[in-house]
Amino acid sequence: MAKQFVKGNEAIVKGAILAGCRAYYGYPITPASEIAHAAALYMPLVGGTFLQAESEIAAINMVYGAAGTGIRAMTASSSPGFSLKQEGMSYLAGAELPCVVVDIMRGGPGLGNIAPEQSDYNQVVKGGGHGNYKNIVLAPNSAQEMCDLTMLAFDLADKYRNPAVVLADGFIGQMMEPVDFPEPVEEFAEKKWAIRGVDGDRLNLISSIELDPDDLERHNQKLQRKYEIIENSETRFEEYRLDDADFIVIGYGIVSRMVHTAIDQLRIEGVKVGMLRPITLMPFPTRRITELAAMDHVKAFSVIELSNGQMVDDVRLAVNGAKPVEFYGRMGGNVPSIKELVHEIKRMMRVL
Amino acid sequence: MSVKILGKSEGFYDTYERRPGSNKEQTHYCPGCGHGILHKMIAEALTDYEVAENCIFVSPVGCSVFAYYYFNAGNIQAAHGRAPAVATGVKRALPESIVISYQGDGDLAAIGGNEILHAANRGEAMTVFFVNNAIYGMTGGQMAPTTLIGQKTTTTPYGRTLQNEGYPMRMAEIIASLESPVYVERVMLADVRSKNAARKAVRRGIKNQIEKKGFSFIEVLSTCPTGWKMTAPQSEEWIKSTLMQNFPLGVFKDIAQQVEPLDLSQNLAAPARVPKLIGLEQDNVKFDSASMKLSETIDQEIKIAGFGGQGVLSLGVWLSEIGMREDLEVSWIPSYGPEMRGGTANCHVKLSREAIGSPLVTHPTVLVAMNRPSLEKFEDDVIEGGAILWDSSLIDIEPKRDDVIRIPIPATEIAKELGNTKTSNVVILGVLAGYSDFLDPIVVQQVLPLIFKKRHLLEINLKAFQKGLELGRALQA
Repeated sequence: MAKQFVKGNEAIVKGAILAGCRAYYGYPITPASEIAHAAALYMPLVGGTFLQAESEIAAINMVYGAAGTGIRAMTASSSPGFSLKQEGMSYLAGAELPCVVVDIMRGGPGLGNIAPEQSDYNQVVKGGGHGNYKNIVLAPNSAQEMCDLTMLAFDLADKYRNPAVVLADGFIGQMMEPVDFPEPVEEFAEKKWAIRGVDGDRLNLISSIELDPDDLERHNQKLQRKYEIIENSETRFEEYRLDDADFIVIGYGIVSRMVHTAIDQLRIEGVKVGMLRPITLMPFPTRRITELAAMDHVKAFSVIELSNGQMVDDVRLAVNGAKPVEFYGRMGGNVPSIKELVHEIKRMMRVL
Repeated sequence: MSVKILGKSEGFYDTYERRPGSNKEQTHYCPGCGHGILHKMIAEALTDYEVAENCIFVSPVGCSVFAYYYFNAGNIQAAHGRAPAVATGVKRALPESIVISYQGDGDLAAIGGNEILHAANRGEAMTVFFVNNAIYGMTGGQMAPTTLIGQKTTTTPYGRTLQNEGYPMRMAEIIASLESPVYVERVMLADVRSKNAARKAVRRGIKNQIEKKGFSFIEVLSTCPTGWKMTAPQSEEWIKSTLMQNFPLGVFKDIAQQVEPLDLSQNLAAPARVPKLIGLEQDNVKFDSASMKLSETIDQEIKIAGFGGQGVLSLGVWLSEIGMREDLEVSWIPSYGPEMRGGTANCHVKLSREAIGSPLVTHPTVLVAMNRPSLEKFEDDVIEGGAILWDSSLIDIEPKRDDVIRIPIPATEIAKELGNTKTSNVVILGVLAGYSDFLDPIVVQQVLPLIFKKRHLLEINLKAFQKGLELGRALQA
């Protein structure tokens, strides 16, 4: 199909519609608003619903209602908006409703600013709302992946009856790149649990209530088993120049693009550095990182984030003390330059 | 402490299997509670109108949180106050279904105040039953937005005061003040007569939805003997003597007969038609990359800067579009955040044979400066041997650098002569194509018609491009 030069935020919407999404409920917020703009433009053209909700909270609850009927539904926001959606995320996870939520992260805490950060890692990857739940979390690093991972998010959400989050930053959202759009999804698995306003569904119930402690514990255990299956089957990551690397940099989203360039420069200087980029943040590539940590040629790790160090906790758990884990982060919407990254990676490599 | 709903209709399950414990026959409501009565009225109406099997019932948080134990419908349970939003998502997905949002006073008037107002204001084609018993029953008798002045609750142990909590909220009146709702009535569950009136209102509310008439809101003054610490008969009496005095009964709005039915038909596109509908068809322009005369050292990192409105961002997008059709890897990113301040806009464009890492351009190979602040700000960043192009009709200084290629372009002047100053960015595009070896003029001329779809715009921009191209070639020579 067509290769188009589009913004990451627009690629999300086109990908979603190709994936069969026919309901978008959202609230405007910079730097995610283009997603709502594109949805407002395209959803009516395919007979779908676009509704600007009265609040982030209403939007996520509209998604809850739409998802309950079995259709593919989504919303998108940016960090402060995602905070507001957390109640809904918990209900969606509890009621096991598949849907896709996009978070184009910006600077925080509080109102912060509209520049890119990666400081929602904890609130998105670790659940964030109340209860023992997890979201499936995908982290694109290009406009192409904004499309592809949004489509994948719908599939994984349906497959596991779980909310899936596309976690990107302001850069990936605002950036334009060529995107090869895939063919539309034509076949969808039947959702027998959905409520569709027909006689056969009258015993169906969408709810997150389990009054009896034993029932609720069983429900929670079932959720944990599901997360374990997801961890075993859906972990995705990309490796770059790791074969002989002494030093492994781990970064996701826009950071991985910058680290990629920094590694190319360091390699010219003969520095043996490589990168592991998690594509799925839940499931996290824990096993792969543990394997790498056990390799002789790998001397140390470094995590680079646009945050105070959130993903680094997961890397430390995976490395489990086998090798040093360094960290470099920028906050407030500042993005490191390549020169800065090269310098910092060299500094961190002094532990070797 | 439970009541049996007598004369079970098809609107209820035969037995309440979802209810925990051994009692699967009766509801969980306290004796004398109005919920059971209202449930029965709704179930009967759904049965009588033969829509029970098409009904989707949204259960709230509050005493009626377990409405899904009873209603033989598709059931969905919502977060506190969010039932109208959940119902919106359901109804929009299934416009032919009958969607009921059933809420109490804390749920609807306090925590869900926003959701109900906006669902009503949008005129969502649903039916809302609002049970007003002036108290939070489920959580232990706390104050509701509808609690009366002086009324004692567990959170107003000295009685609700005007100074501290304000007046009780009259939701039916508030909803009726909006344009969209078609039917708003307040009824009560006190004596036989009032219950008959309530039954009629319930039926009206559901019938309106069957007839696609829009948003119906029925407020029901209901009993809470447990919360009120009264017997059932005392409770019914208190509704009449006190509650009703503060919440007058009546029809506050009824335009259901005057309005046309809503068009709720859905026209979902088949997946195969989707690409065309969302503009994903391949354009006709095919490029033969073998015929392009591009330099081997094609990789470029370009920064374009100027005032907002000069077409700075567009010029970057066009360069990228052209690069994409030259089979290059391309990226474009606008200035973002603090750099936007001061009225300057800029964008970063990368064109490369290799996959692009960082999309940011820190040290441009080409700087296009369309105003003076941009030239001053970015001049020093340009790599040695790079190029600086500037609009010499707007910028009254020259670059200080002498280790770069300097290309002054009277772009605005040329554009003005062509009759449209907005084409100055296309003039610059022409100069770039004429001077440099990374843009193939043939490709550019094929791409321009994709950008300027209106004939008169295309004509003037092709002229602007040609002017620039000539200037670029002359400078190159």
